[in-house]
Amino acid sequence: MSRVASAIVATGQTEHGRRLDTSMAELAREAIDRCLDSRGLSLQDVDAVVAGNMEMFEGIYLVDQLFVGALGAIGKPLYKLNTGGTVGASTALACYHLVASGRHERVLGVGFQKQSDGSTQAAITTVGDPVWERAVMAGAIGNFASMASTYIAESGVTPEQAAKVAVLARRNACRNPYAHLRMPDITVEQVLESEMLAYPIHRLDMCPSSDGACAILMAAEDVAGDLADRPAWVHSVATVHDQQYMGDSPKRLAVMRSLRGAAAKAYKLAGIDYPLRQLDVAEVYEPASYALLAMCENLGFCAMGDGGRLIDEGIITMEGQLPVNPSGGVLSTNPVGATAMIRVAEAASQVMGEAGEHQIEQVHRALATGYGGNAWTDMMILGDERPSR
Amino acid sequence: MSTPDPRQFDREQARRIEQQVTLQYRFAAGTYASRFFAALRDEGKILASRDREGNVMMPPRPVCGLSGLPMDEWVEVGPDGVLAGCTVVYVPFIDPMTGSQRPVPYGFGLVRLTGADTSIYHLLDETDPAKIGVGKRVEAVFKPAAERTGSLADIRHFRLLD
Repeated sequence: MSRVASAIVATGQTEHGRRLDTSMAELAREAIDRCLDSRGLSLQDVDAVVAGNMEMFEGIYLVDQLFVGALGAIGKPLYKLNTGGTVGASTALACYHLVASGRHERVLGVGFQKQSDGSTQAAITTVGDPVWERAVMAGAIGNFASMASTYIAESGVTPEQAAKVAVLARRNACRNPYAHLRMPDITVEQVLESEMLAYPIHRLDMCPSSDGACAILMAAEDVAGDLADRPAWVHSVATVHDQQYMGDSPKRLAVMRSLRGAAAKAYKLAGIDYPLRQLDVAEVYEPASYALLAMCENLGFCAMGDGGRLIDEGIITMEGQLPVNPSGGVLSTNPVGATAMIRVAEAASQVMGEAGEHQIEQVHRALATGYGGNAWTDMMILGDERPSR
Repeated sequence: MSTPDPRQFDREQARRIEQQVTLQYRFAAGTYASRFFAALRDEGKILASRDREGNVMMPPRPVCGLSGLPMDEWVEVGPDGVLAGCTVVYVPFIDPMTGSQRPVPYGFGLVRLTGADTSIYHLLDETDPAKIGVGKRVEAVFKPAAERTGSLADIRHFRLLD
């Protein structure tokens, strides 16, 4: 598998939201400083940097050059990634590969996005195929609405069940000081009465557009124990791609082939046969309420078509058998380039016992996912036990 | 070093530098799409690509993602099909083809054309969510031959048959 066991030993996040007080570079640096400060480290303790950003949102395409100082990479290797919505998770996986291969001992990963600088709709349009898809696509919202229609047809999930997901996310977010949307009093009725953006997706069924950044420090086995009392060891990672066009998967949101494929690989490598029992918390990349339930099905948390039961029976709440997104998830915070890294950082914080008010008790293993466009998945399973190589 | 507390920031001091960036693109459609659009414009036919195992892909493409085989046959698909996904969009949205707002509401969906294994996005002629749905049958409505230019818009929209 890997030459060196690797662990996340520190994380840092900005306050996410509409951050008119910072520039893009300052925002990334805020997350980096918080990550390193939490362990009394400095940039001198970092061997290499991986930066994740979806450039079309701000329209600045050479962030690795322009922000090299802010990213703490002068005189060091700096790799920039853009894998769309998954980029934060791809960045964390890249940090893992650089450490697990034996190439570097301490690698800093940072994902950042400043959506208030640009136009979210215009940026999303550029991810569509210019010949086949742009003429009729309606940004992320129309795409997810169309996917939701497929999921509803397959699973029979109701608008009320989806609305409960939206409520759970915003209430969980109230315990997360970094979250963008914190709505303690939100109700199912409010979600169902919020503006219909694209049938069946209401405004409160969708994630927000946020500014924010997130950083992690990945360390090799020889130094991880010195850097954190309880490192979050990487038990497995997986990346799986599907075909390229939106219409290539026959039941796009109901059967998520890349998510299923990545889960099968990651579970096998980590020795997980019953995810609902063997995982203690999951941070799932859910851009819309319906998507969370579909993703939980495809991750094997319940039988296919049974996602509605997970929310009706409280299985995925903070107190449930498998808490999903105690951070509030993407539905509460979505600075795109940072979003999937926030999943990884939150999962790591849960394993390290440092998640604060939204800490789940006794977390031994945690799952984090990133899901891009619709066609690919990055996934990481973290645990408190140092894995054998 | 620690960064300043954002809650202490005086928002009156925030400066934003406004810029407008206009970029013009001319995307080469490529061999497969060019043939597809020529058949659509000149013959009113919808062509898909097929490999030797019989996988039929829309949009047509050089290699089948399922089999990994070259797609060197062409087959006519449609003009009817079924909806694999659909929605009615209410939120105002900038049409990337025109740069202006597309009138809302409008319907669009994933259409699985008869004979094809995959679907394409296109507009629907229906804006009542109760009347559209996964599995409903639809049919392509072509622009008159004289108005066709060789783009996906030569299919004006799909109309509900059910």
